Amino acid sequence: MKQIYDVLIIGAGVVGSAVAREMARYKLKIGVLEKNHDVCFETSGRNSGVIHGGFAYEIGTLKAECCVEGNLEFDQVAKELDVPFKRTGKVLVGNTDADYKSLQNTIAIGKINGSVGLEILDKEHLHELVPTVIGEFAMFSPTSGIVEPFHYTIALAENAKMNGVDFYLNHEVVGIHREEDGTYTITTTQGNFSTRWVVNCAGLGCVKISDMLGIPGYHIGGTKGNYIILDKKLGPLLPMPVYPVPSSTYMGIHVTPTIEGNVIIGPDADRVDSFTDYSVAQENMDFLAESASTLWPQIHKSDYIRNYCGIQPTWLDGNGVIKDFIIEAREEAPHTINLVCIESPGLTSALPIARRAVRLLSERETLQPNKNFNPNRKGMVRFSEQSDEEKVRLIAENPDYGEVICRCETVTKAEIMQAVHNLLGVDTIVGIKYRTRSMMGRCQGGYCQMRVAEIIQEELGKKVTDVLYARTGSNMFTGKVRE
Amino acid sequence: MNIINKEVVIIGGGPAGLAAAVELYKKGIQDILIIERENTLGGILRQCIHDGFGLTRFKETLSGPEYAQRFIDEVEKLNIQYITDTTVLSVTKDKKITAASKNGLIIWQAKAVILTMGCRERTRGALGIPGERPTGVFTAGMAQSYINLHNTMIGKNVIILGSGDIGMIMARRMTLEGANVKAVFEILPYPSGLPRNIEQCLNDYGIPLYLSHTITNIHGSSRLTGVTVSEVDEHLKIIPGTEKEYECDTLILSVGLIPENELSLSAGVILDIRTKGAIVDENYQTSVPGVFAAGNVLHVHDLVDFVSLEAENLADSVAAYLEDGNLLACGIKINTSGEINHTVPQYVSGTKEFKLSLRVNKPLRNCVIAITQNGSEINSIKLKKAIPAEMIQIPINHKLLQSDKDLEVCVKC
Repeated sequence: MKQIYDVLIIGAGVVGSAVAREMARYKLKIGVLEKNHDVCFETSGRNSGVIHGGFAYEIGTLKAECCVEGNLEFDQVAKELDVPFKRTGKVLVGNTDADYKSLQNTIAIGKINGSVGLEILDKEHLHELVPTVIGEFAMFSPTSGIVEPFHYTIALAENAKMNGVDFYLNHEVVGIHREEDGTYTITTTQGNFSTRWVVNCAGLGCVKISDMLGIPGYHIGGTKGNYIILDKKLGPLLPMPVYPVPSSTYMGIHVTPTIEGNVIIGPDADRVDSFTDYSVAQENMDFLAESASTLWPQIHKSDYIRNYCGIQPTWLDGNGVIKDFIIEAREEAPHTINLVCIESPGLTSALPIARRAVRLLSERETLQPNKNFNPNRKGMVRFSEQSDEEKVRLIAENPDYGEVICRCETVTKAEIMQAVHNLLGVDTIVGIKYRTRSMMGRCQGGYCQMRVAEIIQEELGKKVTDVLYARTGSNMFTGKVRE
Repeated sequence: MNIINKEVVIIGGGPAGLAAAVELYKKGIQDILIIERENTLGGILRQCIHDGFGLTRFKETLSGPEYAQRFIDEVEKLNIQYITDTTVLSVTKDKKITAASKNGLIIWQAKAVILTMGCRERTRGALGIPGERPTGVFTAGMAQSYINLHNTMIGKNVIILGSGDIGMIMARRMTLEGANVKAVFEILPYPSGLPRNIEQCLNDYGIPLYLSHTITNIHGSSRLTGVTVSEVDEHLKIIPGTEKEYECDTLILSVGLIPENELSLSAGVILDIRTKGAIVDENYQTSVPGVFAAGNVLHVHDLVDFVSLEAENLADSVAAYLEDGNLLACGIKINTSGEINHTVPQYVSGTKEFKLSLRVNKPLRNCVIAITQNGSEINSIKLKKAIPAEMIQIPINHKLLQSDKDLEVCVKC
C-alpha cells in the first residue's frame, strides 16, 4: 500500500531524529527514511560527544546561535529524554602570549554569542580543575558538557516514535520526484513513499538529496577525524574535556572524558573525498597519541581499547573558511526544508536546528498542536549504576537482571533483552552495543559477543546466517558447524 | 542484606580454582565456596576440545573438558560447595564479596579470598591495527567458543595473526571444519606458541607460518574482504615496499593474553606491570593480606598442568594463613634483568623452599639462568634451549638465602 505522509524526513542522524521529534508536536503524519540499519550511524555517532559552549563560532552565525541555545537547554532536554549528561565544563589550554591573546579574543566572541561564564584561569586554578594537564593557563567554559551521542540520538528517535513517527531503517533514498499535484514520490531501496513535505537531514548525503530536490549548487567535502578510546581506569584522571587553543578552522586534538568513564583522544582533521571510508591509518593513530600527550601526558598504548573515526560534511568557501549551517525552504523546491552542511556543533544544535525547520514549515502552513505529544521518554534501567538495594529489587522483579552478560561493563541479560526488543526495531549486533554498552569494554566482546548473538537469534527468530554486525553484508557467521 | 560467612571464597571455577578447592579440602579446610559465572565449572577448558592436556600431571593426554572433569569429579566427590551462574561484582580489601545471580544479590564475608579469574585476550583495538572495521575479525578464543560451544561457523577463508597456541589450534580446528586457512603471520622472528602446536596444527596441515610479518591494513566496509601483510625488520618496524594483499573473510587474532584483574583492583591488590597479574610472595599472597592469586590471573601459563600445581601450592599457604591468622613477611625482592622479563613470585621470605616461575623474553641456546644474592650464586640451571613460549621453573633452597638482600635473576650465555 502506498504510504502518504505529511512530512518525510531523510536521514536519522541526530538532526533528523530531532526534527522528527519536534515535528511530532504537531498533528502531522511523519516518517523518517534512513539508509543504515540504525539511527546515529554516521556523523552523529562518530564524534567527541561534547555539548559545546558556543564560543568558538563566528558572531551572528546559525552555528553560534543554535549552539548556545542548545547548550543552555540541555539539562532540561537530557531530563526529558532520560539521557545521561554531565555539565563537566571544559578548558582550552594555552602556553604562549599568542595563545593568551587568542583565548581573550575567544572569550570576547563567546560573550557576544551568549556563551556563559567564560574566564581565563591561571596555572594554579587550571591545575585545581584538571591536575594532570600540561599548560600555563586556560580558558574555562563552565557550561560545556558531555553526552553519549548514541544515547541522545536514540532517545530523540524513540521519543519521536512514541509520538507516532514511523522509522524506516535500511531504506536508502535513490530518487525524488515531484508529482503534478505537488506531492513528492520518494523512491527508496525498499519501495516508494508519498509525502507533501520533504526534509533533508541527510548529513553527508545532504548534497545528493539537495540535488534530487532540485536545489543544485552545493558542494561539500568530508572532514575526517580519527579517535582512540582509552581504558576506563583513566577516566578519573580527566574530569573535563581538555582542548588546545583552537585555530579558525579546527578545534585541535583534545582529550575528552566520556559519559561512561572512558577517555577519548582526537580528532585530527583530514580533508577527504570518500564519505564511506571509515578506516583509521597507523600514522593518524601515532599522530593523535603524540599530539594529545603534549596536553595530557597519561596516554599509553597499553590502555588503548579501540579506535574509530567520523566524517563530517564541511563546506569551505574559496578562502578555506568553513561556512555556516544552511536551514532553508527554497521557492524553486516548494514544500521542502533543506538542511545542508550540518557539522559540528550539530550535536549540541540538533534541537534548535529542528525548531528552525519547524518554524519554516509553520510559516508556510498552519500547524495544529498534537495534544497527545509527550516530550518524556524513559531509558533502560542500567544495573551497573544502581545501589545494592536497587539491584536486589531489580533482580527480584526480573531475574534477568541477575545474569551478567557483559563482564567488562556489567551489562545484564535484562538490558540486552530490552535492547533486542528496542522501539525502533534495530536488530544488529552494533545496535545492541550502542544501546547497552555490551562489547564496548576492554575485552571488546570477547566474553559477551557470542551470548548477544545467540539472544538476537533466539528472541528475533533469526537464522545464524542472518545475524548482521552493522551494515548490509556484514553477516557475522557463515552457518552452523553441525546441522 | 544478609552476609554469609565463609572461610575461603574462590572466584572462578576454572582449573586454578578447582585445584585450589580440592587441595584446601584435603588440608582440612572445608568451609569453601567456588563462585563461577558460567553454568558449569571448568572455565576456559570447556571450549578446549583438542587434546594434549595432562601430560605432565596425569601422564596421559586428555582433552580440555576431560582434564577439567577430573577436578570437577573430585569437587563433587568431596562435596565442596560451588555456585554457578553467578558473577562477582566486587571484592573489597576486607574480603567482602558481592555477586549477582538470578536469585538475587549475594554477599559473602570470607577469611581468605582466592583469585582465579583467568585471563582475557588482547584485541584488535588494544593492538591498534589500522584499517577499516568490517565484521569477520575475531580473537582466537572467541572463534573457539563460537565453533566449539555455540555450534557457529565464523568464516571460510581464514588468515591468522599471531602464532599463539590458541591461534594455531584454531588453524587446525577451522581446517577440520572445512575452512581454508591460508597462513599464520607472526610479527616476532620466532613463534610465540609451543613447538608441538607448530608441528601438529600447522605443519601437519600444510599451513604456512610467516615470521617477522604483520598485518598493516584491514579491508572491507561490511564483511572482511582482505588484509595487507608487511614484513618487519629486527626492530619490528614495518619494511615499506613489502606489502602483500591476501583475500580472506575471516581474521583470527592470537596476539596475547592479559590476566583479568579488574576484581583484584577493586580489592586494592597491587599489580605487576610486567605480568599484569598481582605481585605475590612465595605464598601466592597478594599485597592485600588474605587475598591470594594463582593461575592465569596471576601470570599467563603455557600448560594447564602448571596452573593446577600452582593453585595447589597456593592452597597450602591459604591453609597456613587460616591456621595462624597471618603469614611470615616476605622482604626479599626478586629482581630481573636482560632476557628475563619477570618472575613469580616477586617476593620471598627466605624461610621456606619455593619454585621460581619465569620466562625468557627471546629464544636462547646453551644458556645458564642464574639466581644470585649479594654476588654469590644461589642456584642456576643450564638449558640447551629456552623459548618465550615455555615457562621455566627453578626450585630455590631457602637455606642458602640471606634475609635482607634482594635476589637477582639473569641469563648468562
